[in-house]
Amino acid sequence: MLKAEIKITLRKTVADPQGLTVKHALESLGYKGLEEVRIGKLITIKLKSKSAKEAERETGDMCKKLLANPIIEDFKFKIRKR
Amino acid sequence: MQFGVVVFPGSNCDRDCFHVVRNILRQPVRYIWHKETKLYGIDCLILPGGFSYGDYLRCGALARFSPLMEEIIKFAHKGGLVIGICNGFQILLESGLLPGAMLRNTNMHFICKQVYIKAENTNTPFTNLCRKNQVLKIPIAHNEGNYYLDVEGLRNLKMNKQIVFRYCNLLGEVNEQSNPNGAVSNIAGIVNRKANVLGMMPHPERSSENELGSLDGFLIFQSIAQWLREKKKIKWSSRKFIEAWD
Repeated sequence: MLKAEIKITLRKTVADPQGLTVKHALESLGYKGLEEVRIGKLITIKLKSKSAKEAERETGDMCKKLLANPIIEDFKFKIRKR
Repeated sequence: MQFGVVVFPGSNCDRDCFHVVRNILRQPVRYIWHKETKLYGIDCLILPGGFSYGDYLRCGALARFSPLMEEIIKFAHKGGLVIGICNGFQILLESGLLPGAMLRNTNMHFICKQVYIKAENTNTPFTNLCRKNQVLKIPIAHNEGNYYLDVEGLRNLKMNKQIVFRYCNLLGEVNEQSNPNGAVSNIAGIVNRKANVLGMMPHPERSSENELGSLDGFLIFQSIAQWLREKKKIKWSSRKFIEAWD
């Protein structure tokens, strides 16, 4: 049985106001050494696919069609055994 | 002349849009549920504001795959008028009918207030009754209205005069102070290349009656009706017709 772990992040060129706000909050807690905070999403999907190859193709497809918006987001994923 | 208001699960400005078309513009209008698969005799489609599919994943991302969207895309490609307001704009972006994407407002707040926008392109079906650079007072109400487009896309948008509305102050000055959400180039509304699809974050249906503090939004509904009548030779519907149609 396979599981896809998909990490979606805002593209480097896109400002992340949420990350910036969290960075300020962390700094007000006393953490001084922060250069940048960026926030993304983690999506896990349990797959019924038979092979890792099939799972990879399907997951890539899902990311492109719906899970990530290529204008503002990048995605990476790993297929693991579950 | 017939209008359609598309209803997705979670739309919440559908009734306001319906009310403005039906009772103020006084033209026939009907709701179109997102599971319908055909558009019959519609001249202008309104994608209303709200939180379609709870804004899950990304605003508008799931509505884009509603059964009716394929028909809406066909309708737009054939030159039909489509106006997306707020969440409707986000859906148009996700469906690729308009370029760009929406990010969280830079101040991380849901912003609900009156703003001023400048009608920079008045040569569209949606703004033909506005004076060039007319300042309109129309409210916004959103969390993700921070319009984003890369430099090249922005250049194309400017070159093709697709930027219709920009946030400004009362005097019509477009600057950082008058930008409520961080949108690139103060963009509040854009059209596609053929100018038959408009997306805008401010809510014209909430500024179409004196009681609500502004009539400026009504100019957009009137412009649409005017354009349909002049360019498409579609007659205003009579009161009798509207009542029969209801």
